[in-house]
Amino acid sequence: MNFTQPDLAPAYPEIFLLVMVCVVLLADIAWGEKKPNIAYLLAQVALSGCALITFGTAAPDVVYTFSGMFVDDAMADILKMLVYISVATVLVYSRTYISVRGMLGGEFFGLALFATLGMMVMISASHFMTLYLGLELLSLSLYAMVALRRSVEATEAAIKFFVLGALSSGFLLYGMSMVYGATGTLDITQVTGIIQSGAINHAVLVVGLVFIVAGISFKLYVAPFHMWAPDVYQGAPTAVVLFVGTAPNLAGFGFIMRLLVEGMGVMSADWQGMLIILAVASMLIGNLAAIAQTNIKRMLAYSTISHMGFMLLGIIGADGNGYTAAMFYILIYVLMALGTFGIIILLSREGFEAEKLDDFKGLNQRSPWYAFITLLLMFSMAGIPPTVGIYAKLSVLQAVLSAGHVWLAVVAVLFSLIGAFYYLRIVKLMYFDEPETNALILPQGDVKILLSANGLAVLAFGFFPQVLIGLCAYAIQQSI
Amino acid sequence: MLFGLPLLSLVIWLPIVAGIGVLATGGDRNAQMARWIALVGSVAGLLVAIPLLTQFDPLENAMQFVEHSPWIERFNIHYHLGVDGIAMPLILLNCFITPLVVIAGWEVISKRVSQYMGAFLIMSGIVNGVFAALDAILFYVFWEASLIPMFLIIGVWGGPNRVYAAIKFFLYTLLGSLLMLVAFIYLYQVSGGSFSILDYHKLPLPLSPQILIFIAFLLAFAVKVPMWPVHTWLPDAHVEAPTGGSVVLAAILLKLGGYGFLRFSLPIVPDASHYLSDMMIALSLIAVVYIAVVALVQPDMKKLIAYSSVSHMGFATLGFFLFNAYGMEGAMVQMISHGFISAAMFLCVGVMYDRLHSRQIADYGGLAARMPVFAAFFMLFAMANSGLPGTSGFVGEFMVIMASVKVNFWYGFLAATTLITGASYTLWMYKRVVFGAVVHPAVTEMKDINGREILIMAILAVAVLAMGLYPLPLLEIMHTTVDDLLSHVARSKL
Repeated sequence: MNFTQPDLAPAYPEIFLLVMVCVVLLADIAWGEKKPNIAYLLAQVALSGCALITFGTAAPDVVYTFSGMFVDDAMADILKMLVYISVATVLVYSRTYISVRGMLGGEFFGLALFATLGMMVMISASHFMTLYLGLELLSLSLYAMVALRRSVEATEAAIKFFVLGALSSGFLLYGMSMVYGATGTLDITQVTGIIQSGAINHAVLVVGLVFIVAGISFKLYVAPFHMWAPDVYQGAPTAVVLFVGTAPNLAGFGFIMRLLVEGMGVMSADWQGMLIILAVASMLIGNLAAIAQTNIKRMLAYSTISHMGFMLLGIIGADGNGYTAAMFYILIYVLMALGTFGIIILLSREGFEAEKLDDFKGLNQRSPWYAFITLLLMFSMAGIPPTVGIYAKLSVLQAVLSAGHVWLAVVAVLFSLIGAFYYLRIVKLMYFDEPETNALILPQGDVKILLSANGLAVLAFGFFPQVLIGLCAYAIQQSI
Repeated sequence: MLFGLPLLSLVIWLPIVAGIGVLATGGDRNAQMARWIALVGSVAGLLVAIPLLTQFDPLENAMQFVEHSPWIERFNIHYHLGVDGIAMPLILLNCFITPLVVIAGWEVISKRVSQYMGAFLIMSGIVNGVFAALDAILFYVFWEASLIPMFLIIGVWGGPNRVYAAIKFFLYTLLGSLLMLVAFIYLYQVSGGSFSILDYHKLPLPLSPQILIFIAFLLAFAVKVPMWPVHTWLPDAHVEAPTGGSVVLAAILLKLGGYGFLRFSLPIVPDASHYLSDMMIALSLIAVVYIAVVALVQPDMKKLIAYSSVSHMGFATLGFFLFNAYGMEGAMVQMISHGFISAAMFLCVGVMYDRLHSRQIADYGGLAARMPVFAAFFMLFAMANSGLPGTSGFVGEFMVIMASVKVNFWYGFLAATTLITGASYTLWMYKRVVFGAVVHPAVTEMKDINGREILIMAILAVAVLAMGLYPLPLLEIMHTTVDDLLSHVARSKL
């Protein structure tokens, strides 16, 4: 047995991050008492370092390493950069929140970075096992983060999250084992080749595919596998929800791309039908259930479900155009979710969680600027121009229509009409109602700048969406 | 181009920038400054629009003042602006109404002044964008964006039931426009990747997709016009909106729907338009006849004028689908004239509401004795609303009635009933409000209109009379475009 040293260069960001997580944890043990901010600062350094490495080593070509288990391509680079940006933003938004609640320690940041590492591995996976490893690293970190603050709700949320998450991992593994049984390999590139050759048992493969799609749906909040999302969103601390609801979606998109598109793209005719049902179900359940919510985090959970349904419509297109649309959609969604949860965190203060819709009442009188930012975010979520949300919808609808599903596009816009109602309700609360409290909104300087930039980005990209669409198109074109 | 300036971009972006400037003045401590910036901004918006009129070539049938640059390459979307004889008068109308709205809200609006004024200015720019856009997505962006300021205007400064009205307004319009978006994307696919409206005009389409596209457009535009039976948002929105909101809604936003028919439905899907013209004429006549009767029994003045708007806009849609020059030009005149008259009517109700805080007809009576100047202006506008010859209200209605008699006598007959019903509901309301004895003690306290109010009324009165006595300049502006449109619609695209 001969051992060849794998080329480590494509995995430098992951390796660097792993080292930094250990540094963060050790530094927190050594100096955390005296300097409570050290873990936070080191985490930001780690993310910036990763960004530098990824940016510095970015190349349009596709590089495989670790015997083809790990891939570095343009899509991986771009998704990873977006993950860093979104995780760094999450950390800025949540610092005050977690420090007031006594969670500002190595645990939070260590887990957040481990989760980030998991996402990066998922994004770069080129083998079913690597995908699974990344996914589990991400999931286990998230379970722990949800339970970090030991309140009854958080514990309940964590247990639901864990049990259903474990179940879905089981689905996924079972599906993968079927694929292995049919093709005899777990390497994504080889799986494609073997399916293409046609010398396999199609029925086994389709059954495996069903399980894989179910497993993915669990992870991506897609109905009818969405049950855990509202409970987790409601029960977990807002800072953790901010984390759970943003960057992992980017990884989730990478996951779909690697597994369904690169791995089983040949079987697109089989999974398209499944995804259509899932997408319609998600839009239906997400939008209708969101209307009935009074808890804003729960409402946003359902809103996420509907957005994921919309994103799947892009995947259904099953061509570069559709994948670009889906990637653009998820990117925009993450941008909007960051801002929205950032606002919720902003409205929370010591001993008070801004969780009810009513907490947004009269925000325009308390702070016209943040009311305006929220207005932009809400209209963007609803897909109203001139915010960027409309282009996300436009590109997905275009993909759906070019795939020939006119009725699906009509269904989608009707659901987004329903969706507009509950986003409008937030605007209504902020602008039309009188405030219930006059508590001052005093964010830290960095939060102030970043949150404003986040909100204005929704508007600015609405004027110049080409920048982001071009980026997504480049990523997909280079990698697929 | 005047001095090489991109005029259309100016009429769009100048009010928006001014609006942002107004918003930047912040809270009500700087209210006076906000008002002045708003006034200067809106007047500047009107001034930059004037060269559009003076430099417009009425004999040219192509788009004028064209600006064209790529915007979103991925979907081949362009920042493409241009106006013809249909769009230009509507832009002028919008620029003309905006300063009046600012002046009308001068003292009346005392809370969150900067947001109120800012919203109107931004909306003014956005609406100009709708009329000038020649790219379907650019059009859609402006079209939808106009919902946001109006939603806030109704919801923040409106009456007691404002939240319901604002959300109803928003969702109704959104329903239509989302289907329009699907139609645009469909056309994008069929045309091989173009969002240019002018390309769509030339695009051949089979009948069944034409009909589906027509229906998608119809939902978007019919809600905006509004046509019976999707008009129910309008009375609610009008009643709850502040005066300025009602004025802009009636004078400007309703025109977006009518404009949409001319720019999209008729030229893009001409065969479907012919195929479904009977339905469209029927819906328009129901609006003209039935809604006028509904207006007759309204106890609330704003609701009455709102229903009268629906009825008058029925003339516009009727004119479009008669497919002759009289009808279409008459419909355009009707739209412009309705812009002046409905604005004036809502301002009159606003004047009374500011003094007595009631819109109920029954709460008034005998105003003539207390407010003689006001009563005189109100009289003129009421006459115009009922279509008296010599006022602008007459010209459009008369032309459309003539055109419909040409097509079918009974269409003309039904449309002509408006001469009776329109006069009945307007003048009966006028009689109950202005004449008679003073029954309510509060009315005796009411002061006549002040200089600011006289100014607005006088400007509108001049506009109404000028258009009524000498409509020729307006007709000349749109003549070439309308002829062109008619010959285009007459050609089958199958």
